[in-house]
Amino acid sequence: MAIALAGLALFLVVPPFLPEWITFLLTLAWAKALAVLGIVLLLRGGLLTFGHALYYAVGAYTAGFAVKFLGVHDGLVVLVLAVVTGAAASALLGLLLARYRGMHFGLLNLAFSMVLYAILLKFYAVTGGTDGLRLPTPLLAGVKPAAAHLRLTIYYVTVVLTALLLYVAYRFTASPLGYTLRAVRDNEVRVEYMGASVRQAIYCSYIVAGVLASVGGVLAGFSVGHIVPEVSFWTQSGEFVFVALLGGTGSVLAPVAGSIVFEFVRNYAFKYSPYTWQMTLGLVLLIIIFFLPGGLWSLTGMVRRWIR
Amino acid sequence: MKTRLLGVIALSVTGVIAVVLSLAAAQAPSPKVAGAPKELRIGIVTLLSGPASSTFGIPAKKAADAWVEKINDEGGVGGAKLVPVLTDEAGPGDKVVAEFRRLAADEKVDLVVGYISSANCVAVPPVAEELRVLTVLFDCGTTRVFEEAKYKYVFRTAAHTGIDGIGAARYLLTAKPDVKTVAGLNQDYAWGRDSWEIFIRALRKLKPDVQVVETLWPKLFQGDLSAEISKLLTAKPDVVFHSLWGTDLASVNSQGRVRGLFRQSLVIHNNSAFLFKEFRDLPEGFVIGFRGTHWPEIPDPAKNRLQREFIERCTKKFGEPCGSPHGSYHMVQALQGVKAAYEKAIKAAGRWPSVDDVVRAFEYLEFDSPSGRIAMAVGGGHQAIEDSLYGTVKLDAQRKQNVLTSVRVFPAKCVNPPDGVKTLDWIDQGFSGAQCP
Repeated sequence: MAIALAGLALFLVVPPFLPEWITFLLTLAWAKALAVLGIVLLLRGGLLTFGHALYYAVGAYTAGFAVKFLGVHDGLVVLVLAVVTGAAASALLGLLLARYRGMHFGLLNLAFSMVLYAILLKFYAVTGGTDGLRLPTPLLAGVKPAAAHLRLTIYYVTVVLTALLLYVAYRFTASPLGYTLRAVRDNEVRVEYMGASVRQAIYCSYIVAGVLASVGGVLAGFSVGHIVPEVSFWTQSGEFVFVALLGGTGSVLAPVAGSIVFEFVRNYAFKYSPYTWQMTLGLVLLIIIFFLPGGLWSLTGMVRRWIR
Repeated sequence: MKTRLLGVIALSVTGVIAVVLSLAAAQAPSPKVAGAPKELRIGIVTLLSGPASSTFGIPAKKAADAWVEKINDEGGVGGAKLVPVLTDEAGPGDKVVAEFRRLAADEKVDLVVGYISSANCVAVPPVAEELRVLTVLFDCGTTRVFEEAKYKYVFRTAAHTGIDGIGAARYLLTAKPDVKTVAGLNQDYAWGRDSWEIFIRALRKLKPDVQVVETLWPKLFQGDLSAEISKLLTAKPDVVFHSLWGTDLASVNSQGRVRGLFRQSLVIHNNSAFLFKEFRDLPEGFVIGFRGTHWPEIPDPAKNRLQREFIERCTKKFGEPCGSPHGSYHMVQALQGVKAAYEKAIKAAGRWPSVDDVVRAFEYLEFDSPSGRIAMAVGGGHQAIEDSLYGTVKLDAQRKQNVLTSVRVFPAKCVNPPDGVKTLDWIDQGFSGAQCP
């Protein structure tokens, strides 16, 4: 806990001294970490989803439609809306999906995210199709952030919100429901025999994971300023799974570490190998799988052992 | 005697030196401007991977290589050498924006030339405004950029896709004035939908009794188009309009040719999305359009020095013209625009210009390019207009190769709306003020 707070303090103090593009990358990394966190939560229950970008897109397009059709320009109002739509969407689809396990769960999620992708693509007049929607700079509680501090403001809002949600997720994993979810991964039948409801544990976790991703979608959307249907495409889900594996599932902080490393690796891959950046990312994942099967987070355990 | 000989030698040596010096002076690059940096760093963003890289991205990259070399051979811009910083446009939207920010802050580029995808051309301009980085969109088509927003630091040196559809409608009425039925075959994404919308609205305005018998929306990169071609063969339209590119263009050409689509209907393609070397395999009777006069014979290289030089430079560097008409000419146009804007700004300021000086010089600028004179005439002086070129592919029996015949060039003011008017509004108002021959 102390280490986590120290880490957070570092992320709060340092950015004003960093170049703006790095602050932007960090904002993006923190925002996406929420979607990754959703995947990690489900992974703790032994459920791997290949369609979590669905909720990320629900959040992003909630923001897009709120601005375009409802004239809502306040970022905080949009965030509340996104929590509602994210919860509604995951509660609805969860009714069906919480019944499935393993590959069926992964692929059904993928299918639903691709359905949303197709809708975003086809309803061109409403969604802007592949050209996407603009997300202008949001107001914050009715105040327009000063242009000079715009990036830092968005960064701080993102980091503080994400940190809060990380804490909520941490409490969730430490709650009876969170422990039930872990037990589900080990043995579902035993959990039922003990009198706990597997269905309830999975359904609730699914909604929490959906809301996390939805908030992530809003934060990332506002920091980029533009959203496209690709946010619901399977490659986006794949990226989240990639980052989840990169970071590891050992802690709710692992997604943040994975996400930050991923954004920087990708950006520098672009810089140093514009023709082969995809291959660089693939190699990084292979190296992690071979040498750190527990993800980057397992390094902390190694450090701890080494100190002792 | 000896002194005289020495005198003659001395004289001739001085003479030779003088001649050499004066030659050097004539060859010398444009004089270095006060305060000019050694380098002008240009971020070049184009598709280096993915399905659009072969016909659009890589040709643009080749053209940039060839033309940056040319500008530097001639002394650069105001004495500053151009240094391209290349990056891939492929990847999700957030990555493209992150990459733009990195170019501006980490690579410290003075300006960015880039973007083929329309989505990126909508996403990047607000960021360019925020960072105050001069950004030249070189190839993307969407009319949204300057029709839905106003930008100070963003320019587009190629025409938008409005001229593709309006040019196609005008060409169709000269090639087949008695057209009664048309069908559309366009990829199911924003640009495919825009292409059809502009074309059909323009055609309906010019010939209200035209009937649409089929509108097909194959998935992007669907590849196999046999079902769509069957539908077109059954519907028997006089004309098929399509904006397919990539693997879809190759499919409709090969599958449509063997199944007689090109014999049955006049097939119009709106954006020359093929490599120069693929031209020899295009089906006979196929009508192709170019967003600007981007063809090695038009404008005539004998009359347009830049056109001649562009073809020569590419051929020397790559053994063939720079890839494809669409990407390569637009890239050169962007570089010519940047050069002209800087030179005008230098002249006005009398020193090395600030970004704002260059922006002021760029607005409503006119500059020369391999495709003739380009005017930044619309979008508040930020959007170029170009002539629309259409022609029909014909097999020259004697030379046993394809040639472009029945060529029509519609002047820019015939196919572009005036400044401040949106393309679709202009069409609906009946092209008021269009200057057509």
